[in-house]
Amino acid sequence: MELRINGLARRIEADPDMPLLWLLRDVLGLTGTKYGCGVAACGACMVHVDGQAVLACQTLIGDIEGEITTIEGLGTPDAPHPVQAAWIEQQVAQCGYCQSGQIMAAAALLAQNPDPSDDEIDAAMQGNLCRCATYPRIRAAIRSAALRLEAG
Amino acid sequence: MARGFSPGRPRRGGLARAGRIARRSLLIGSAAVAGGVAFGVWRYTRPLPDPFADDAEAIALTPYVVIDAEGITLIAPRADKGQGSRWVQAALIAEELDIDPASARIEAGPVSRAYYNRALLAENLPFLPTDQGWLARNARAASDIPARLLGLQMTGGSSTVPDGFRKLREAGAVARETLKEAAALREGLDRAALGTEDGHVILPGGRRIPYTELAPDAARIEPVTTIVLRDPAQWRHLGKPMLRGDIIAKSTGTQAFGIDLRLPDMLYATVRAAPEGGRAGLIDDSAARAMPGVHSVTVIEGGVAVLAETTWHAFRAAEALVLDLTGPPGRPADSAAIWQALSDSLDARGHDSRNRNDGDVEAALGAGDGVIEAEYRVPFLAHAPMEPLNATVLVTDRACHIWAGTQIPDFVVTQTARLTGLPETAIRLDNQMIGGSFGRRLELDFILQAVRVAQSVPGRPVKMTWTREEDFAQSRPRPAQIARARGRMGAAGIEALDLTIASPSVMSSWFGRVWLNPPGPDISIVAGAWDQPFAIPHFRVTGKRAPDLAPVSSWRSVGASSTGFYLGSFMDEMFESAGIDPFDGLLRACNDDVSRAVIDEARRLCDWRGRQPGPGRGRGVAFCLSFGVPCAEVVEVEDTPDGLRITEAWAVADIGTVLDPVNAQAQLSGGMLFGLGHAMNCQITYADHRPEQQNFYDHDGMRLPQCPRVTTRLLENGPVRGLGEPGLPPAAAALANAIRAATGQRLRQMPFADQIRFA
Repeated sequence: MELRINGLARRIEADPDMPLLWLLRDVLGLTGTKYGCGVAACGACMVHVDGQAVLACQTLIGDIEGEITTIEGLGTPDAPHPVQAAWIEQQVAQCGYCQSGQIMAAAALLAQNPDPSDDEIDAAMQGNLCRCATYPRIRAAIRSAALRLEAG
Repeated sequence: MARGFSPGRPRRGGLARAGRIARRSLLIGSAAVAGGVAFGVWRYTRPLPDPFADDAEAIALTPYVVIDAEGITLIAPRADKGQGSRWVQAALIAEELDIDPASARIEAGPVSRAYYNRALLAENLPFLPTDQGWLARNARAASDIPARLLGLQMTGGSSTVPDGFRKLREAGAVARETLKEAAALREGLDRAALGTEDGHVILPGGRRIPYTELAPDAARIEPVTTIVLRDPAQWRHLGKPMLRGDIIAKSTGTQAFGIDLRLPDMLYATVRAAPEGGRAGLIDDSAARAMPGVHSVTVIEGGVAVLAETTWHAFRAAEALVLDLTGPPGRPADSAAIWQALSDSLDARGHDSRNRNDGDVEAALGAGDGVIEAEYRVPFLAHAPMEPLNATVLVTDRACHIWAGTQIPDFVVTQTARLTGLPETAIRLDNQMIGGSFGRRLELDFILQAVRVAQSVPGRPVKMTWTREEDFAQSRPRPAQIARARGRMGAAGIEALDLTIASPSVMSSWFGRVWLNPPGPDISIVAGAWDQPFAIPHFRVTGKRAPDLAPVSSWRSVGASSTGFYLGSFMDEMFESAGIDPFDGLLRACNDDVSRAVIDEARRLCDWRGRQPGPGRGRGVAFCLSFGVPCAEVVEVEDTPDGLRITEAWAVADIGTVLDPVNAQAQLSGGMLFGLGHAMNCQITYADHRPEQQNFYDHDGMRLPQCPRVTTRLLENGPVRGLGEPGLPPAAAALANAIRAATGQRLRQMPFADQIRFA
């Protein structure tokens, strides 16, 4: 099968029942997407399929139709996405393990809703667990990213 | 003087000398490395002949600074679990070395006893942390010697900063002055006439020589050890807002954690194991073996492993194994039996510790009139760091190479040597960046398991990863406890307070797993209670040791995570009974100026106007001094139609010197929120010797919608301290006190969500 990942068409030879998470991590070496729970309970594996936030641990590769974007495809250290730039500015990360998923969730939220209310942020982010509890800075970074995106 | 990392002669030896070195912190040396120089410490050499000592290894130099043609590498030996320790260690060295820490490579360095941690043992002495008297100071200084002998290169107890504050700066200063000396000799100038800036020695005329160019010369001269540390007023990086070195990588998915390691020809594995001390029987693995992508199924001590092409193949096949996992004999099997055993221990005669016994509590509480009593319970709690536990191991017939994130590198090496029969020198550990720990990586279980799995495929690297379900099944939780408090108010505040805590011992459980058996009481049971800066005329704190009930371990802030709840809640109950404002009561009880300033600042910061700031709203305050850091926290809750909501929280702590202000605020906030989330929502319960909780859907802590607005403030009046843990202990009590103020309900047992509905 063929999948489009971060702008590249990739020929995949793998079990169609394999969750996208493990294709990314163990087959393709895109390890920025994290395993945290395997049961849709933490959000660490969040990626985008056609701009929608989806959990890679629950998405079988045989079912995917659409362009996949991972944290590596969102932006890079030299050219970070505005959401990543806001995360860096606010120094959100502590252990950092959940932050790929947090950033992907926030980027999908802001793409659909450029000026979310507090309640909308709560609803969009509640599936993403951070055991270090970096939430105050996540909120600040989402606000900052919204301004960056508005400014273009 | 010896050159190179290999055998040489120790510069000096003998116990008398060692005593003086202890105060100097460092026995500085330098060594040539390919194209450059390393500055560091010589391992402490034993004063007595030791038949087990490997003389060659005993005198190797372990570096803090390595300079070669490639650039400058700073060695940060304490593990980074997300608390920013790697960066602050590098910044301490860089400040004196006169480089921008962002310009250097930062590495964890080799496992060496020269990186021993002194501050950790000093915390376990029976002296009040506020006691700066002669006896206490000398005892803390003397704890340097056993720390050296044990060579505890351990990360824990919020000790990285107090341990490294002086010695890492000294390492940087020695390197700087030696590089200047090398330049002075080359140019025929006096070293005093030279300056340094940004990785260069500056000559009087303004010419700049890069350190990298001077490194080979510096390796050929005696290191300059007469150094004077800079006045903090002159710091360029420390104390200023810095961009932590790992932030960009952690915001772009490019930070490699241990779980992200990929090696050529690597197999992926997972293990399902019996409860600690139990037995694992393999009943049927035919379905697992028949699954695609499975390499092999292997029985190891205490569990069964699947090796496969990917982690997914290994997880899927492991689920298909039919196993008989039985619990250890002699331990209670379920929570009801555990609570009964704790209750029995609380009522049993005798005690484990009684470090605080001021006045005469029995007489003061004997009459019975006006005596308040309360009983508190805290549950087991899992660490459950976001990065599932994992280790990658390559075993050959002559060596074992381990890639894993650990807080106890020495033990990894010694216990792997014991397990494999290889000499310690054949064990190599590359410590990895850790995606959260909260104390879980003070355990060896997952690493030794990975070594055993790798032994089944010599010559092939194996990455062993636990499922989240296995992480919960193999919990090494904070101990469940029961505490009983009695007290009486007097005209001048608290007249008498008697606190008794029954707990299984973390020390005996943990040390049992690393094959050590320290004598004496387990001070962690009463830490955060006996050592509080309160002048209460009759004040007694008693620790009672329950038998081993489940494998327990150090969980963020250890004993104070529970004792902070008991004392913080009970004092509030006492103040309320006497109609005293809790801030007034705390300030009246507190006899330490640094702590009083913290309490005062918390009152000012939250603009305190009493327990009830408005209809349906309540505020609570609590204080705890832990790991040498006094910390006061205020929580505000509001009763809403959706349930009770924490709307706002304030935290104030004194850490003496704020080295990395942006990160320090994050640690204080994170510690408090970790305490609030677990107090609200979490517990580990047991059935059939196993934790009943299986994944984040039934033990997650806090999620974003429950997170209040947070305001933090750091003060700098006391000695320099670390902040990974002290933000946690007051949180649960501050919340319970706020809930009492808002609703009238007094919660004495966690998790609070069992008794009250949260929004």
